[in-house]
Amino acid sequence: MPAPSIGDYALIGNCRTAALVSREGSIDWLCVPAYSSPSIFAAILDRDGGYFSVRPKGAFRAERRYLPDTNVLETTFHVEGGGRLRLTDCMPLPAEPTGEIEPAHELEPQHEILRRLECLAGEVEVEVELAPRPDYARRRVGFARRGRLGWQLTGCRFSAFLQGEMDLAPDPGRALLAGSARLRAGEARALSFAYDNNEAAVLPPLGDWARRRIDDTAGWWQWWTGRASYEGEYREQVLRSALVLKLLNCASSGSVLAAPTTSLPEQIGGERNWDYRFCWVRDSALVLHAFLALGFLEEAQEFLGWLLHATRLTWPELQVMYDLYGETELDEYTLPHLSGYRGSRPVRVGNAAHAQLQLDIYGELVATVAQYVAAGGELDPTEQRMLAGLARSVRRLWRQPDQGIWETRSPPRHHTYSKAMCWVALDQLCRLKLVADRDAVERECTAIRADIEAHGFDAGLGSYVAFYGGREADASLLLLARHGYCKPEHPRMVGTYRFVTRELAHDGLLRRYRTERASDGVAGGENLFAPCSFWAAEYLANCGRRGEARALFERLLGCANDLGLYGEEIVADTHEPIGNFPQAFTHVSMISAATALTVEKTA
Amino acid sequence: MTEISVEILHVLLWGLIATAAMSGIQFGAQYLGYSRLSLPFLIGTMFTGERAAANVAGVVFYLLGGWLFAFIYYFIFASLEHGGWLLGMLIGLAHAVILLVAFLPLLPYMHPRMASEYEGPSYRRRLQPPGFLALNYGYRTPLATLVAQAIYGAILGATLLR
Repeated sequence: MPAPSIGDYALIGNCRTAALVSREGSIDWLCVPAYSSPSIFAAILDRDGGYFSVRPKGAFRAERRYLPDTNVLETTFHVEGGGRLRLTDCMPLPAEPTGEIEPAHELEPQHEILRRLECLAGEVEVEVELAPRPDYARRRVGFARRGRLGWQLTGCRFSAFLQGEMDLAPDPGRALLAGSARLRAGEARALSFAYDNNEAAVLPPLGDWARRRIDDTAGWWQWWTGRASYEGEYREQVLRSALVLKLLNCASSGSVLAAPTTSLPEQIGGERNWDYRFCWVRDSALVLHAFLALGFLEEAQEFLGWLLHATRLTWPELQVMYDLYGETELDEYTLPHLSGYRGSRPVRVGNAAHAQLQLDIYGELVATVAQYVAAGGELDPTEQRMLAGLARSVRRLWRQPDQGIWETRSPPRHHTYSKAMCWVALDQLCRLKLVADRDAVERECTAIRADIEAHGFDAGLGSYVAFYGGREADASLLLLARHGYCKPEHPRMVGTYRFVTRELAHDGLLRRYRTERASDGVAGGENLFAPCSFWAAEYLANCGRRGEARALFERLLGCANDLGLYGEEIVADTHEPIGNFPQAFTHVSMISAATALTVEKTA
Repeated sequence: MTEISVEILHVLLWGLIATAAMSGIQFGAQYLGYSRLSLPFLIGTMFTGERAAANVAGVVFYLLGGWLFAFIYYFIFASLEHGGWLLGMLIGLAHAVILLVAFLPLLPYMHPRMASEYEGPSYRRRLQPPGFLALNYGYRTPLATLVAQAIYGAILGATLLR
């Protein structure tokens, strides 16, 4: 049986790792102890990759939702014969001394997946299967009964337990733990999968305590969401995006992950399958904007702190991406034993793009800092010196060809967007008064702009082009207005919008570039790139074309799954999410477009 | 400074060094995935359910325990009028055996946060018990404990009785 559609998955997490839960109640992706650790459940990438399934026996129809303003997932199964079963899934969060929620002061496992079943009507027989496959399914484990403490995984270096309020037994032939229970209306059962990496296992109690911990977790998320100051339009969808962003916001470092998954393909059967469990400098300006726009100042400060800390390791140059803790070695390799999502091979771990030269990231980082300062943030002298060092790197590097924002694996080119972001970097550093030789930097800015206008603009097309000497469109050029390189209503920007949408739009939604023409060094094509369509909506809002912006934005809202989650891309024909899922870049682009629409309306 | 004071400082210094070496081996075994036994964590959780506070308190108590046992080793060497790394190592191994077969299996009856396989976890009792030879914390745990305690004893044996 093939893996469910990508849009059939929901995300739960505890801000240290995250799991994908299918509409049918199967947890098909979980990495422990951290987001970018090897998986223990990877059925989404290979049906024998490990899973934790809870579902009714026989045919059923499922509907689901997140409890309001939380990341607690509730799936309701409607079973043949009138039975109705509710499954509540969450990764409990340790109670925080928030002043509103009483801390528990009791031990919690390092990670826990808590699943509570409640029969709402009729009688429902429930089947449970736990098939752990640690280390990307390269290891098999056994099971040992530990009395009333439940079942412990054996043959592994970590501690993992499954406790369940039902009979479970190993099925050695299938290397899993299975059980079933018949529930009548009003009856409930809980299951807890607890993980501890290198200390004695902590086993939380079930029964009423399970329900209470779900309530506490929901309460924590509602407390967090309640801190949002956003009062603009599309509030419900914007807060859902904020909740996704928080799930990808690593509590122990402040970094924001691009996505919690690896190798969910950009096209079914294609080889454009990348590991996104890292932090891209490219995403930083939009991430910070999202936190600031929604009033999450603490998260914004922590994120900027991580960004400036991480980039010190490669200072005065920047790397395209860093891991959660700022590490720079992200070597890429494939996992040939995994068949890939619906046969989409290879499955990659690590990301070779980390060693590429991408000049746009200098502008992204400085634009992020500029937003922070504009919001009242302050930079210490070390940070100021570090940023001044970036100016020297930009002045030295901007004339070089690079791989561009899309990390092409073809020979480097002079990408127009990269040059423009070099201009943004120097321009913003001058405005922030962080460069010692301001006159020289301003002359360099003038030189970059002259270079772009001479080589990156095609008078015949009336548009900026993807790279010097070419006549290709690139959706990243829509961001030139956002970053202040060109006013939205400037004829060159208007022409660029027209050219980009003419060349890249499919049924009104955008690709990032034409893979068949761009020779990006990877075989196959891809679908529509979700963030680019939000950039188009934001551009339209910023140049006063409100009706068009709103229409496009509302169409894009329809491209999320039923829970409001977006992948990296959108399937051209069905408009379903595809690619790594859910994708922070898409969600922050959505928030940015929504805030632009709100500002535009206010104006 | 009197001779006794010098001797006490000497025991304290080498007790600290031996405890650090023993801890290093145990932490190393933990982080290499050979064992999940952390005595500081088990000791600390007797006093608090907050993981960070438990680890800090546990390290303090563990260090105090390391000093206390350094004095006990000293008195053993003094009563035997003999020291040396080999004798120290043998005492350390005996110490490890007592820990593994007596102290740790009895811990669930003394530890307020340790669960029992007969009763299951409760609101407060959530820690998995170590079991026979602390094998519940990884099958290499006895080996790691024996090596750590042997090194502790060997250092004290080699240094305490001059």
